[in-house]
Amino acid sequence: MELGPALELHEVSKRYGAQWALVRLSLTLRRGASLLLTGHNGSGKTTLLRVLATAVRPSSGTVRVLGTDAGREPDRVRAQVRLLSHANFVYEDLSGLENLEVLARLLGISVSAAPGALERVSLSPKDDRPIRTYSAGMRRRLALARLFLKQPAVALLDEPFVELDPAGVTELEARIRELHAGGTTLVLATHHIQQGLQLCTDRLHLEQGRPIAA
Amino acid sequence: MDVRMRRRVETVAVLAAACIFAYAAWVGLTQAPPDREMGDVQRIMYAHVPMVQMMLLAGTILFVCSVLYLFRASWKTDALAEASAELALVFGAIGTTLGSIWGRPTWGVYWAWDPRLTTVAILLVALAGYLALRRFVDDPERRAVWAAVTAIVIAVDVPIIYFSVKWWKSLHQVQSNPGTVDPDMVHALRWNITAFFLLFIVFLVARYRIALAARMRETTVPEAGPGARQAVAS
Amino acid sequence: MRLPGLLASTWVLFRKDLLVEWRSRSRINALVFFSLATLLLFSFALGPDTALLRRNAGGYLWLALLLSSVLALGESFRVERENAALEGLRLIPVDSRAIFLSKGIANAVLLAALGLLLIPVLVALLDVRIVLSWGELLALVGLGCLAIAAPGTLYGAIASHARARDVLLPLLLFPILIPALVAAAKGTALVFEGDPMGQFPSWLTLLGSFDVIYWGLGVVLFPRVIEE
Repeated sequence: MELGPALELHEVSKRYGAQWALVRLSLTLRRGASLLLTGHNGSGKTTLLRVLATAVRPSSGTVRVLGTDAGREPDRVRAQVRLLSHANFVYEDLSGLENLEVLARLLGISVSAAPGALERVSLSPKDDRPIRTYSAGMRRRLALARLFLKQPAVALLDEPFVELDPAGVTELEARIRELHAGGTTLVLATHHIQQGLQLCTDRLHLEQGRPIAA
Repeated sequence: MDVRMRRRVETVAVLAAACIFAYAAWVGLTQAPPDREMGDVQRIMYAHVPMVQMMLLAGTILFVCSVLYLFRASWKTDALAEASAELALVFGAIGTTLGSIWGRPTWGVYWAWDPRLTTVAILLVALAGYLALRRFVDDPERRAVWAAVTAIVIAVDVPIIYFSVKWWKSLHQVQSNPGTVDPDMVHALRWNITAFFLLFIVFLVARYRIALAARMRETTVPEAGPGARQAVAS
Repeated sequence: MRLPGLLASTWVLFRKDLLVEWRSRSRINALVFFSLATLLLFSFALGPDTALLRRNAGGYLWLALLLSSVLALGESFRVERENAALEGLRLIPVDSRAIFLSKGIANAVLLAALGLLLIPVLVALLDVRIVLSWGELLALVGLGCLAIAAPGTLYGAIASHARARDVLLPLLLFPILIPALVAAAKGTALVFEGDPMGQFPSWLTLLGSFDVIYWGLGVVLFPRVIEE
């Protein structure tokens, strides 16, 4: 039996104050696929990802993730979706391990999974320095570790390659491939078109909140 | 009712309100008898009492709209909440000031810490906070939700404030209010309450319209632009 | 692998809040010195008449706590805003009520600790005595700090997303807290000076009722506040 698509958006619009970030966007993405999301700054990429993550409600339109209506059952969608965004969702004063342990407890999984997730992104579980001292690259890796703690059905990555050196970019590419190989449906928003095209099966280009023929 | 008919009805209503207001003022200032003890100073009551009542009415509308908004979001409810909050503050501030002016020759003080007065004063500050919140939040939806939450918190607190001040004051001397009222005064008061009520309605409708127009300006969905097509995974 | 329930999530987040507060001890130290400074300010502003100061000591304690609470609450939410951590919690998903309960109780604990620190200072500075029992004083401090924390957490979340948040939080919070302030200050004054007419239980009850109402209201309203 074929399962439904991972993502279904129908006429989704989102307004911030007087600005429209998304305009009547419709989109379907099948499970296990990977979508490259491109567009200038301010084109609506981040907003689209946030709508998919149910971080924001659309001003109009419907969103279905893995068959669940995001408007009616946001929590059910959230349990299946992970967002990797500009902000890292971490506490500056805690260490990487402590941050992951809090997340593990809230996910209902064993705290012992945390060191493994850190090692997978080449961070040391023994490092008890607060996040405040981390470099940009280390923060990125910690954000990715949050994804590896419990592999989500859908991963939304917002400009993950930003602030990484070439070695970091290569490493991140490998991790993203691992995620995808594990069955996670990906949406990757990035300016690094080269990496994006190599990693993704589909493409969507946004301009001023509208989908444009690439 | 088409627009022209509605405009005519409104103009008539505003004129009627103005006439009634003028009449009520005349009755209160000249026709009603002066108070036995306080003299003409008592006439402030014909403005003070209705104003405070209108403040309470506006506050009630604010509370009801705020609760309604949380159950079913609607710009009309939000606009009405904003309008009534402003009117509550304005009517309350003026009404309290009038009461203060009356208090000086009557009680000898501009202010007394009695429960009702104190509760109104605190309510006015709380309303100022509510309006500040509206001003400092840019996103219309969040502004509406947070304003509604704030209004509910304030409304729930009003009776608590009243009782706590009452207990607080019961350890000290309480000012007493004047007793029975002359029927001519009641007549004058009734006219003034009616007049201020009509004035309140005129202001409320006008302010509501302004608020609703502002919401509408922030809320239209643009048509999908040229070159747009549905993005489908291959 | 089920998501934890309300109480379990609250406990995890409460520990997280305390851990974060503990890690930023220097900020807590600054808060302590701030509250001490306000006590000194009151003493200097209101003159050297020690009898008068002693009589008003209860009021000073709660004013100092109220002013400190604005800083503590602001800080509590700044930590969540820094990396959109609060949003991260929502997206896990975590029950919003657990966020309210954990943050509220953590803030109440911090304020109560501050209060207990200030009492010996008051004893030393203004020569107050604990005439009623310590148990009654602790109950008062506990209920009073819970009273500040409930609307404080609700408004703290709102203010942290608005402009002029440093001014907005106290402007929203202070009028609401007046009944709690009255009850706590009066109760504390009775603790320091004795309660011949047996009024203390009434003030404690008022404070307790305030707590029940505002914690209940907060649990209901907080999810609406942080949802986008």
